Amino acid sequence: MNILQHIGHYVLKFFRTVGRLVLFTLTAVSHCVRPPFYPRAILRQMLEIGYFSLPVVGLTTIFAGMVLALQSYTGFSRFSAEGAIANVVIISITRELGPVLAGLMVTGRIGASMAAELGTMRVTEQVDALTTLSTNPFKYLVAPRLIAGVLMLPLLVFIGDIIGVLGGYLVAVYQLNFNPSNYIQSSWEAMETMDVLSGLVKATVFGFIISLMGCYHGYSSKGGAQGVGKATTDSVVSASILILCFNFILTVLFFEK
Amino acid sequence: MTETPKIRIRDLHKTFGPKVVLDGLDLDVMPGESVVIIGGSGTGKSVTLKCTLGLMEPDSGTIEVDGESVVGLNARERERVNHKFSMLFQSAALFDSLPVWENVAFGPIADKTVTRKQGKDLAIEKLAQVGMPAEVADLFPSELSGGMQKRVGLARAIAGDPEIIFFDEPTTGLDPIMADVINDLIVKVTRELGSTGLSITHDMASARKIADRIAMLYQGKIIWQGPADSIDDCDNEYVQQFINGRADGPIEMAVRK
Ligand SMILES: Nc1ncnc2c1ncn2[C@@H]1O[C@H](COP(=O)(O)OP(=O)(O)O)[C@@H](O)[C@H]1O
Ligand SMILES: [Mg+2]
Repeated sequence: MNILQHIGHYVLKFFRTVGRLVLFTLTAVSHCVRPPFYPRAILRQMLEIGYFSLPVVGLTTIFAGMVLALQSYTGFSRFSAEGAIANVVIISITRELGPVLAGLMVTGRIGASMAAELGTMRVTEQVDALTTLSTNPFKYLVAPRLIAGVLMLPLLVFIGDIIGVLGGYLVAVYQLNFNPSNYIQSSWEAMETMDVLSGLVKATVFGFIISLMGCYHGYSSKGGAQGVGKATTDSVVSASILILCFNFILTVLFFEK
Repeated sequence: MTETPKIRIRDLHKTFGPKVVLDGLDLDVMPGESVVIIGGSGTGKSVTLKCTLGLMEPDSGTIEVDGESVVGLNARERERVNHKFSMLFQSAALFDSLPVWENVAFGPIADKTVTRKQGKDLAIEKLAQVGMPAEVADLFPSELSGGMQKRVGLARAIAGDPEIIFFDEPTTGLDPIMADVINDLIVKVTRELGSTGLSITHDMASARKIADRIAMLYQGKIIWQGPADSIDDCDNEYVQQFINGRADGPIEMAVRK
């Protein structure tokens, strides 16, 4: 009908969603820092997010490292600058590909399952049951996931960095026939603490985003199986977009001179 | 009457968007009494319980528990008040990530009235009270039938020695024999604990068995209430239609319009 009415409706809806999300985030964070804590729940989430995601993150980063070495060889060989490959691999992996790939893979693995689990608990009244058993759902369900996400993602990315660089090494040495000790030497020289650290800071932020989106969408889901399905999709889509968005923002903050 | 009602609800209103669910509901539940609210599906029976437990905020009206107003309490106050309550949910709402015994002992463990070790013994004792063998303690809820889940839910509801127990459609979805077993258990455990009971159901056999007093909810109000044994003699047409399960009468189903 009225076009202004439509615009107004969506603007209002947008601000309502943002408001709800901000409120959810503040409540969740405040529960992360106030007792009681649930160490068993936190440990369980740390295992789930950290340990069980290792294979996925390891596989993604090793292939990323391998393909980086191959591609940059094609690009650099004309200038006979093969030594630069170690440089490209290590900078790309630690600064960008490690955190972003791990973040996206963990979103698919963990963000989705958090949304599905909390969503199911919501629609089957398990969240209400927690409240009646004098347990705050934010403390018992949301806080452990946020804490585990923030702690485990940097660790995952750190391991992912090592595996990714190893992938580059394997291709450089066995496929491109580089001298192993030369390659390790130039990798070592190319490595900057700042690159690794910035990647780990990104990972911490991504871990927060993944858990937050999984919990928010799961916690606010309604309307049975369909609602849970929608919550799962929403959590993956929103977390992925936010990760890419914050990756850009953090890169600007870290490396813009 | 000089005694303070355990629960006193006055002029309770609740709407969802344009849909009016509760429209001035009044209800008293006296200490030690078992009241059953009957009414068709979607008439707001669960909403009434959820408002009382603070899982939902009513639009207006007052709810008093032991003479204390409980609408709009903050989280900590609410937690204190909810210690008096427990609830058997319509879907049992067992935590499916926890074994049966942790479900049953969840409240006492969360309150730190028992340790985890003592919790298991407590759970086995409560399971015995609802006629379940100790072996089920280590099973997971998904390994149980619907009737067994209801019984575990009942064990969980009585584990914290609540003063008031809510039963949300305790027999819905069970075969008649299991339904009767649950009814008997409800009568037995509330009597043993001396608890006050508020149940909602549309199963008349169940209502007759567990109620001291029956109240009928229709269009957001209590339209009739009286002692359970007087319900057959009442001359309220709505009640008569409901207890006799007739399609014809003053209650019109939306589908027939
Ligand atoms: N969280 C909610 N959001 C929107 N509508 C709701 C919500 N909870 C209940 N309702 C609506 O309120 C009405 C009463 O629900 P309920 O109390 O669950 O019925 P019942 O008497 O069968 O227990 C239903 O029509 C339902 O659609
Ligand atoms: Mg209901």
